[in-house]
Amino acid sequence: MFFSVCTPVSNAASAKSHAKSYNAKVYVTLRPSVLDPAGKAVRSGLNHMGYDNVSKIRIGKYIEVDLTAESESSAKEQLDKICDQLLANPVIENYRIEVLEAA
Amino acid sequence: MKFGVIVFPGANCDRDIAYILRDILGQPTRMIWHEDSDLSDIDVVVVPGGFSYGDYLRCGAIAQFSPAMRSTLDHAQQGKPVMGICNGFQVLTEMGLLPGALVRNRDMNFVCDRLPLTVERNNLLWTQGYKKGQIITIPIAHGEGCYFADDDTLKALEDNRQVLFRYCDMEGNASEAANPNGSLNNIAGICNKAGNVLGMMPHPERAADAALGNTEGCNTDGLALFEGLVQSAMAVA
Repeated sequence: MFFSVCTPVSNAASAKSHAKSYNAKVYVTLRPSVLDPAGKAVRSGLNHMGYDNVSKIRIGKYIEVDLTAESESSAKEQLDKICDQLLANPVIENYRIEVLEAA
Repeated sequence: MKFGVIVFPGANCDRDIAYILRDILGQPTRMIWHEDSDLSDIDVVVVPGGFSYGDYLRCGAIAQFSPAMRSTLDHAQQGKPVMGICNGFQVLTEMGLLPGALVRNRDMNFVCDRLPLTVERNNLLWTQGYKKGQIITIPIAHGEGCYFADDDTLKALEDNRQVLFRYCDMEGNASEAANPNGSLNNIAGICNKAGNVLGMMPHPERAADAALGNTEGCNTDGLALFEGLVQSAMAVA
């Protein structure tokens, strides 16, 4: 619902006949400077379980996005905007996108 | 002075605020459903606490795209007053009206407490009901209230004196022990550079009615914030 409020990208391919389908994977991670108390708690749990060799856990988000676009670069461009606008908060998070053409 | 209180699905402090404004202070107050975009009759927009849109993805992340918040952005950009309390503060940072972000509390706990705060300055609309350096006691209730900003942003906040409230001990020292959630510089509330937008994690509306028992003795620490706002309107009029 809320996506409809965002300004659509002008070259959004959904209306075009030669649009292709893509599956994207978005990885959102905390910036290194942001504390991750949840990750710290999980690391401590693992240490208690005997995994003394685990020194660091950082917990992020993995998001799957299916979309249509004219090309892979157009899909990537739209996903960048989607991440900047909503999926990640640049103040505290970084993101990485993988785009694959749908089989 | 007419107040507008935004109502999101998942908001739960909207009626508490309206009760203080309308019933205790006798101010005209309108509830604004998140799908409404007309704020033309409103002087002060209040973004209340709660869990807007379930706080899915990140706290306050989805609420920023609602029609009411798009209009709130215009309202703020015109220099008119906007205040966000708790989840409202998170919404205002998500949409960039206030710098920084609110992340998971340092100790992973949902902190529900009544804590002393220092009033860092009282020459703004929001704090003129207080004395400078006054120690006030206001309830907090949040799981993601740890204020974070990068070094440059934090320095700019301090240099511009945008920090309005800080968690402190009973003597007014903003010590680490008095910091309930790991907020940088013990920050509990800030304003934007222009001063017309306020965000704070503590809930002044929960310390504004003696009947709630949150105002020991004659202490109506939260009420003074709203009274200060109303008095400023009377001074202008």
